[in-house]
Amino acid sequence: MKVLRAYRKPESLTDVKFRYCPGCGHGIIARLVAEVVDELGIRERTVGVAPVGCAVFVEEYFNFDMVGAAHGRVCPVATGLKRVLPDHVILGYQGDGGLAAIGLAEVVHAAARGERVTVIYVNNAVYGMTRGQMAPTTLLGQRTTTTPSGRNPRRDGFPLKVCELLAGLEGTAYMARGTVTSPRNVRTLKRYIERAIRTQMEDRGFSLVEVLSPCPSNWHMKPLEAIAWVEERMVPFYGLGEVKT
Amino acid sequence: MGERTLMKGNEVLGEAAVRAGCRFYFGYPITPQNELTAYMAKRMDEVGGVFLQSESELAAINMIYGASAAGARAMTSSSGPGISLMQEGISYLAGAELPCVIVNVMRGGPGLGNIAPSQGDYFQATRGGGHGDYRTIVLAPYRVQEMADLTTLAFYLADKYRTPVVVLVDAVLGQMMEPVEFKEPDLPPLPPKDWAVGYMMGRPKRLVTSLYLAPGALERHNLHLKEKYERIEREEVRWEGVCLEDAEVVLVAYGTSARVCLGAVMRGRSEGRRIGLLRPITLWPFPWKVLRKVAEKVKAILVVEMSLGQLMEDVRLAVEGRCPVRLLGRPGGGVPTVREVSEKVEEMSDEGVESL
Repeated sequence: MKVLRAYRKPESLTDVKFRYCPGCGHGIIARLVAEVVDELGIRERTVGVAPVGCAVFVEEYFNFDMVGAAHGRVCPVATGLKRVLPDHVILGYQGDGGLAAIGLAEVVHAAARGERVTVIYVNNAVYGMTRGQMAPTTLLGQRTTTTPSGRNPRRDGFPLKVCELLAGLEGTAYMARGTVTSPRNVRTLKRYIERAIRTQMEDRGFSLVEVLSPCPSNWHMKPLEAIAWVEERMVPFYGLGEVKT
Repeated sequence: MGERTLMKGNEVLGEAAVRAGCRFYFGYPITPQNELTAYMAKRMDEVGGVFLQSESELAAINMIYGASAAGARAMTSSSGPGISLMQEGISYLAGAELPCVIVNVMRGGPGLGNIAPSQGDYFQATRGGGHGDYRTIVLAPYRVQEMADLTTLAFYLADKYRTPVVVLVDAVLGQMMEPVEFKEPDLPPLPPKDWAVGYMMGRPKRLVTSLYLAPGALERHNLHLKEKYERIEREEVRWEGVCLEDAEVVLVAYGTSARVCLGAVMRGRSEGRRIGLLRPITLWPFPWKVLRKVAEKVKAILVVEMSLGQLMEDVRLAVEGRCPVRLLGRPGGGVPTVREVSEKVEEMSDEGVESL
């Protein structure tokens, strides 16, 4: 009997088992990145940068060279790598705490320099690893351990839309926001990731893909509820699609 | 080059780095090291290297981290306030065992302080400064020629031990012009960087990180680092002694303070005083053993520093009560004079060493 293999692990993933919480979006996103790296045939000339927080796990999962950076410092580390390895693809992988809070200056300047790197930016509206504090992306009214009565704009300010913030910079060449809530959205997201990496390979400038991603553990929801929350709360606020091409 | 040229200290640091094969410089402006940044901008263009003015010292040290992870010789430079911002990155570099050279042209502190010469960052440099259990090699030149020689050595030691190396100078040395000759270094070959990322070409993936989450993994890593640091302490201690053989009072100083002390030794000797100088060249590893031996023979030690007892702490740790240790410290931009040092030595002699 002929066996048709419908699913195989991308070569760009190691054999280390994912340790993400059930229903977490990171697993899908990491796999998509690995698939794209495989399909572009760039695994052996890709270097990934993983920071601190749940985003750090990919340093074990990706089967290409990886560098672990400090919290929020993915972009300068990626810059250093790219300047030494200009013919390589440099892939940053950051969460919203690292990118939009502590590393915001770094991402803005990497973008303004038009640094030829690609950042996959996972926005789950909360700090995951540290157990659910308010992130710069936390929605108004959203309850977290540090906004127990909900994010109040008078006290906590407003959520940050990173794609739109960076899109105005001349150095950015590709900005898109996708999500992982349905097979269709996953396919679209994969296309964004591929375009972002191609943007780097074509030497066009800084590229970033933001992913609206569920965090059931810290949202205190079941996985399906978390997916619904992304659709019903995050997508209307942040919007989906290519912001800059 | 093989010939002597007149150059400013800050620029010599840059030229020596370029000659050591450094092709990646990342930095942020701060006085009193700006000549170095400007020099690197010009020179990196000439040699096809990369000069990048970062948005902050935080970014600069992390660009170094990336460049070093890819196997390149990389350097940054700054002064106290900027070096403070770099401490996070230095800790990560030490943890991930990445080589690099960090120049600190010290200015007055704490806080914004001033832009005058100082040695107030001694603790910061020799105690690590960032979080966690680590050390950085600290080289302290005292004249422009040595700034060239030690910068060459800094890159070598960084690669040899896979560790950040700090070149610690003060604003006087940075701004000073002296003749310098860039010598061809005669150093043993280094092992290949078989840990650097990029160009996989069939080999398994490499991971450069300071994260060790598995139970016991970080303790093992720290013990591995300790072993490395102990090797550095055995093999890399550098110091210079002047008139130590028969000295009754020994001055201990580095950098600009050591230049002043050299003058005081000359003056003292011409007046028949038995005075000597011990000048640590590596501030870490500190010349503990030699200082201990000196302490057994002399009547007293005078530490001269442009800070208030930071170097003296290491001297006391080395001396362990074998002889009295006194301090002549000038903080916040004050530079000790030969007269001050001489008078302090006289005062110590007059007091009678027994009472010291």
